[in-house]
Amino acid sequence: MKYVIMFTTTPELDTEVSPEHAEQAYGRTYDWFGTNSEVMTAAGAQLQPVTTATTVSHGGDGPVVADGPFSEAKEVIGGFQVIDVPDLGAAIAIVKTWPLLDLPGVSVEIRPIIEY
Amino acid sequence: MDETDAAAAEPRRTRAAASDRLLATVIREESARIVAALTRWLGSLDLAEESAAEAIEEAVRQWRTRGVPPNPGAWLTQAARHNALDRLRREKRYREKLTLLADPAEIEPLTGTGEVDERLPLLFGCCHPAISPDAQLALTLRAICGLTTPQIARATLTPESTVAQRIVRAKRKIGAAGIPLRIPEGSERAARLDIVLTVVSVMYSEAHLVAGGDAGADRDLADDALWLARVVALELPREAEAQGLLALLLFHRAREGARAVDGELVLLADQDRSRWDRRMIAEAQVVLEKAAMLRRPGRWQLHAAIAACHSDTRDGGDTDWLQVLTLYDMLLAYDRSPIVRLNRTVALAEVDGPQAALNEVDALRPALTGYHLWHAVRARMLRLLGRRDEAMAADLRALELTANDAERRLLEARVQC
Repeated sequence: MKYVIMFTTTPELDTEVSPEHAEQAYGRTYDWFGTNSEVMTAAGAQLQPVTTATTVSHGGDGPVVADGPFSEAKEVIGGFQVIDVPDLGAAIAIVKTWPLLDLPGVSVEIRPIIEY
Repeated sequence: MDETDAAAAEPRRTRAAASDRLLATVIREESARIVAALTRWLGSLDLAEESAAEAIEEAVRQWRTRGVPPNPGAWLTQAARHNALDRLRREKRYREKLTLLADPAEIEPLTGTGEVDERLPLLFGCCHPAISPDAQLALTLRAICGLTTPQIARATLTPESTVAQRIVRAKRKIGAAGIPLRIPEGSERAARLDIVLTVVSVMYSEAHLVAGGDAGADRDLADDALWLARVVALELPREAEAQGLLALLLFHRAREGARAVDGELVLLADQDRSRWDRRMIAEAQVVLEKAAMLRRPGRWQLHAAIAACHSDTRDGGDTDWLQVLTLYDMLLAYDRSPIVRLNRTVALAEVDGPQAALNEVDALRPALTGYHLWHAVRARMLRLLGRRDEAMAADLRALELTANDAERRLLEARVQC
């Protein structure tokens, strides 16, 4: 089954982490992609910071364009990756080893992709 | 008078209740096996469970008046299979599947293969942490114990539409998100077993938490929970905690006859020991000893050991409170939940005195201020300290917060004296 895994962070908690600790965790993310290369599909991207986001949303007189992410959510998406694994158990097992989960405020959402 | 006449002479309600108990016994033995076999055949828990549930509803309707057929398992399997094929033909989205299916005649529940009972992987799947606790309970009651949605609604005092929605969402999520129906291996196994055991334990307590009237539910969840605890303990004999939970529920069930007398609750200290089921207590002790020999302690075994201490008493006055307190202290290493800490204060009061206990009770205020038993325990400590007015106020607050009639009467009696 294919799943999108969405990496999110909580910027307001970033200050709780020492730069060394963060750097060390980010460093390990490359190894993580290498270790799990078998389940990685070609689809995936790391995103520019949320400050670069622009949102187009529904408005009564037509779409409204605005600066910033679509919602007031405290968490922001930093990137996503499509993985291909047998089931949710396998997806969770891999996601649990995501190095950034060492950092407070980091979470990873797992969503199955509709396959026709 | 022959048997039929005897049955007819009984008041209608009693006869229905007896028959409901029989139906529950028959159906829960078959339910999970049929769901598991159908899931294997259809490749869809959603469809399998729906078809089995429909068969169970038909069975409950028919058997209540016509009696249980000689081979109820075969009857249910046949009906469920028929329902499944019917759905496959009727619903377009399933039609393609139909051609891919094996011959339905070959689909039989697996039993006695030497492998682990196929009900267990289904149970462990229903208790996956990606499903909300409410839905884990509802789905387990339906797929594993074979309760119908209205029965779950009545037994848990939840609106039927809410129960139905929880079950549908959980089943769809299992299918769409690819939640595996298996017993996890490695480090996850113990964590998942703990969720399974928690669901069984909640199922048992739900039977006592029924708010309002004296429970018109036609399924006693305590029976279902005890049955399920037994299935898990028997199928996983090397899992000490599974044995621990079975022992715990047996100790509690053994005291049931003394706990509720004529619909009135009786506190442990005041219970008439001659009403305790000694054979069940003996069984609980054997199960707990078996668990201890596996040398893998855990919270359910400690809960059971505490229950065992109470079961050893001849009256309310000879409880070994130091032993109980020691076990609670050990339990805190596994379970620091406010409820466990609150229960511990009762033993603490007996060992270190009511003031020490009251201090600990007060420390739990932020977590438990909305919980009626926190106020009731606090009232007890205040009364032991001679602070009668404050005790009365605390009991009144407990009374305001309780939704269960029997508990309310018990608290009322305390406020009046």
